[in-house]
Amino acid sequence: MVDVSELISILLLRDYNTRLVVISTILLGVNCGLIGSFLLLRKRALMGDALSHATLPGIGLAFILLTALGGTAKSVLVLVIGAAISGLIATLAIGLIVRHTRIKQDAAMGIVLSVFYGFGVVLLSMIQSLPTGSAAGLESFIYGKTASIVWSDFQLLMLLLLLSLICFFLYFKELCLLCFDEAFASSQGLSLRKLDCLLLVLVTLVTVAGMMSVGLILIIAFLVTPAAAARMWTQRMRSLFIAAAIIGGLSGWLGACLSAALPQLPPGALIVLVATFFFIFSLVFGSEKGLLFRYFRSRVLRMRVGRQHLLRALYEILEADSQLTHEGERLQSRPVPFRLIRGRRTWSDQTLRQLIKKSMHDGLVRKASHLDPVQLTEEGFYQAARITRNHRLWELYLIEHADIAPNRVDQDADRVEHILGLEMVQDLERKLDKKSPFDPVQLPASPHPIHPVN
Amino acid sequence: MQWFSLDTWMVVLAALVGLSCALLGNFLLLRKMSMMGDAISHAVLPGLAIAYLVSGARSHFSLFLGAVVAGLLTAALVQWLSRRGRVDEGAAMGIVFTSLFAIGLLLIVQAADHVDLDANCVLYGSLELTALDRSLQFSLLGYPIAMPPAMLSLGLVSCLNIAFVSLFFKELRLSSFDPDLAATLGVPVNRIHYALMVLVAITAVAAFEAVGSILVIAMLIVPAAIAHLLTDRLLIMVVLSVCLAILAAVCGHVGAILLPEILGINGASTAGMMAVMLGLFFCLACLFASNRARRLRHSKRQ
Repeated sequence: MVDVSELISILLLRDYNTRLVVISTILLGVNCGLIGSFLLLRKRALMGDALSHATLPGIGLAFILLTALGGTAKSVLVLVIGAAISGLIATLAIGLIVRHTRIKQDAAMGIVLSVFYGFGVVLLSMIQSLPTGSAAGLESFIYGKTASIVWSDFQLLMLLLLLSLICFFLYFKELCLLCFDEAFASSQGLSLRKLDCLLLVLVTLVTVAGMMSVGLILIIAFLVTPAAAARMWTQRMRSLFIAAAIIGGLSGWLGACLSAALPQLPPGALIVLVATFFFIFSLVFGSEKGLLFRYFRSRVLRMRVGRQHLLRALYEILEADSQLTHEGERLQSRPVPFRLIRGRRTWSDQTLRQLIKKSMHDGLVRKASHLDPVQLTEEGFYQAARITRNHRLWELYLIEHADIAPNRVDQDADRVEHILGLEMVQDLERKLDKKSPFDPVQLPASPHPIHPVN
Repeated sequence: MQWFSLDTWMVVLAALVGLSCALLGNFLLLRKMSMMGDAISHAVLPGLAIAYLVSGARSHFSLFLGAVVAGLLTAALVQWLSRRGRVDEGAAMGIVFTSLFAIGLLLIVQAADHVDLDANCVLYGSLELTALDRSLQFSLLGYPIAMPPAMLSLGLVSCLNIAFVSLFFKELRLSSFDPDLAATLGVPVNRIHYALMVLVAITAVAAFEAVGSILVIAMLIVPAAIAHLLTDRLLIMVVLSVCLAILAAVCGHVGAILLPEILGINGASTAGMMAVMLGLFFCLACLFASNRARRLRHSKRQ
């Protein structure tokens, strides 16, 4: 079905027929990724949807104007200007509705989208019945004409994209501020309204350029999907933009090449699906918010917390035991029956067995056979003492400095102790005047009775 | 201006669409899911395409089934993406509906060899053509009656929506305004949500085969928004939005007849005119509502 050498020559831009298409789709993808990220951060991801529908009446009016002035040729430039103007009016209308009525952003976008599009449909139906004009060429604005971009279209497209890129880099800092901290931005003397307008002008430029080449549905996807995919990989602003631009460019490149190789399929749909593929890949494997990554991170944290609970439980059982029965003797590791550990916390048999197995694997505890009691190893005993000490230090700190009642402090400390760093522990020691060096058998006493003892 | 029976049928069809869309639109608006109508109306395309491919004919039952499945899938995917995937809800909607639409387009192109089907005829039905078709004929009390067959499906959908909203009005109100409270009171919030989404999908499919997608999206959002500007009570808002939708259907059609006469050309899209009429109503309501807000503020100050 697809000739490999042909596909490679398209991918490497060697094929003259498809070169313009591929280049313009890549640049469009990069641009949309950059500007879509701003929209995503402003929580206005569907703005592209509203805008692309709202350009229709502008296209219709520009066409009527053209025919009224005698020109029968469809001058793309005039149509693009018409589309941009009606897009800008639409964004203005959305802004006005949100600012002056109780209608929320999403409904305002829907209203403007449907009413403008309806008006556009009326205009188109009237154009179709005009004696001079057939609106046949206007269709390509709605569905895109990726495969048939000619040199003059290409120049116009480049102009629009270049313009939006220049604005993007000139106002990058201000727009970042707008997305992150509106209050700070306005306290720095930036006009929020002007910046919002600028962002929407950028979106309009890109949308119009995109409708010219790839059509209405694709431009919506291009403004949303690469940015959302990039969000899965990073929390940092700068890398978000870089990732979104790369994903947008990649989906444009691969999608355009694929549709050049499979000319019987609609190009817009293919490019959308390539972008969706990148999104799904990022959703699963993303290194910051990806599903797998989040699953493993929470699993690792759960295991660590569970192991610390096990070690502390063992230590406290040993401690209580030595006070009761081995008075005066030096605290040391002895075997502890499973039943005793089980009673220390609300954990199920299964979880506890799993934790013990994991800790045995790490060399912290040992047991001779399946039913035998559990015993801390030397390393495990040392760690258990350290963990218990951290817990007690934190408890003391909470009692002395945060006014938490001693009988409640155990649970509160439980939530924080697992993430206490070394510096924090030293700070606590200083604050609590516990300068005595760490001794695994001589910890500060627990500020509350430890129960159940048996 | 001349009024034929064709005009009456067009207005009646549009009014039925207005009634069923506006009813559901109120709750979409309150749940801040207005764009869901737009999303679902695009996303049902693959469902329709698969239904065509499987049944091999334009049978109404498989069509509805396909649309319901696609609508449910859209709603579920959007919810899953925004909750578990931690994607912004608007972005989730955008990704889901553009992808599904693209899949639908591909399927339709693949199916074009076997089935007579194209994206235009699926997505953009025409009110004029639907009203012309009078193949549904029966006699009532001895009088022969010829109706467009779409009357049957739209009538059924309207009844379904009226029944749903009136039976579950309490649950809908509670879960739209305060989903947490609703959940603690034992209202099946999730099931209500999905029921609403399924109804939106069914309504969208039934309606845009008859009147085109643009009128569906407009009727879902705009009447409810106007009513929201004019009143604070939910029951009044629902009734008002339905009345406005029907009024817009009538005025829109009159406008579509009058405007070309004034401009000296023939033919303007009726569905488009109805959407424009809704836009005009909305502008008027905005003016009225800002006056109302000012009066309220004034009376509070005194």
